Amino acid sequence: MTAWIALVLVGLMLGAAVLVLYLDNLVAAIAAASVVSLLLSLLFALLAAPDVALTEAAVGAGLSGAVLALGLRRLGLIDLGKREYPDA
Amino acid sequence: MHKLASLLFAIGLAALLIGLAAQLPLGMTPMVVGQAILEQAPGETGSANIVTSVVLAYRGIDTLGELAILFAAATVAGLVLAPSIHAESRLRAKPRHDAGLVLRAGSDLLFPLLLSVGFYIVLHGHLTPGGGFQGGVVLAAAFFVSFLARPARQPSHVGIVLIEALAGASFIGIGLAALLGGGAFLQPVLDKGTLGQLVSAGSLPLLYLAVGLKVGAELSGLLAHLAE
Repeated sequence: MTAWIALVLVGLMLGAAVLVLYLDNLVAAIAAASVVSLLLSLLFALLAAPDVALTEAAVGAGLSGAVLALGLRRLGLIDLGKREYPDA
Repeated sequence: MHKLASLLFAIGLAALLIGLAAQLPLGMTPMVVGQAILEQAPGETGSANIVTSVVLAYRGIDTLGELAILFAAATVAGLVLAPSIHAESRLRAKPRHDAGLVLRAGSDLLFPLLLSVGFYIVLHGHLTPGGGFQGGVVLAAAFFVSFLARPARQPSHVGIVLIEALAGASFIGIGLAALLGGGAFLQPVLDKGTLGQLVSAGSLPLLYLAVGLKVGAELSGLLAHLAE
């Protein structure tokens, strides 16, 4: 059973990792990279390594996505600050 | 020519690694240190989480090095991605609006939750999985979410730098206190207490609190700096 869950997780991770390469939208690519980290943290939890899983979830899935997005915005590659409702 | 050189380099590296790997007694690792730590760690450090006793007690200097690496990485990232003087004056002139209703309400809901989860993970590092690094990142995420919702009401840079500096200094201070007490640098001091209690494991929770505050302050400072 555990092996099947691990296989599904690894398959999804591979799919998300390939998506990172082929997505044209950079924000979507960052989200896909975060999905890889999130699934990896589930895999770590499955392998009875909760410490590593916690680190991966916090740093890989949470923080690195934010740092990547902010870095890309600073380099002018994406525009996160576009406001749809300026007076909201 | 360039590709040929790269190919030759890759083949050479692979041959080197295969040659090294062939000599390793794979699958027959003696695991002397790991076995010894598993047997002795709870009694020696008083920490129910063996990972914490390795990170802070047996390999405390490694953790200090990790903090130094994180500090250097955050500093360099802030330096390289810093806004130019030109952009800064333009940003100053532009009034900064709050985010939309969804993000503001979500941040009001998430901020106290993330703050308590972060401090829980930091303070229970010696009992349950987690510790200063993980909890510190959660704390940084809490402040970053509130920053995203209300960019005008950002935390003061001086306060962040002060917390970071004090936390880093107290980590080294606890290490030096052990040295003054006749032990080795960063050797656990104070009473070990009862295994599994919140106040136990001597100075390890204090070290993790310092790590958590340092990591949290550093990363929230970096994120706020990048988001400006």
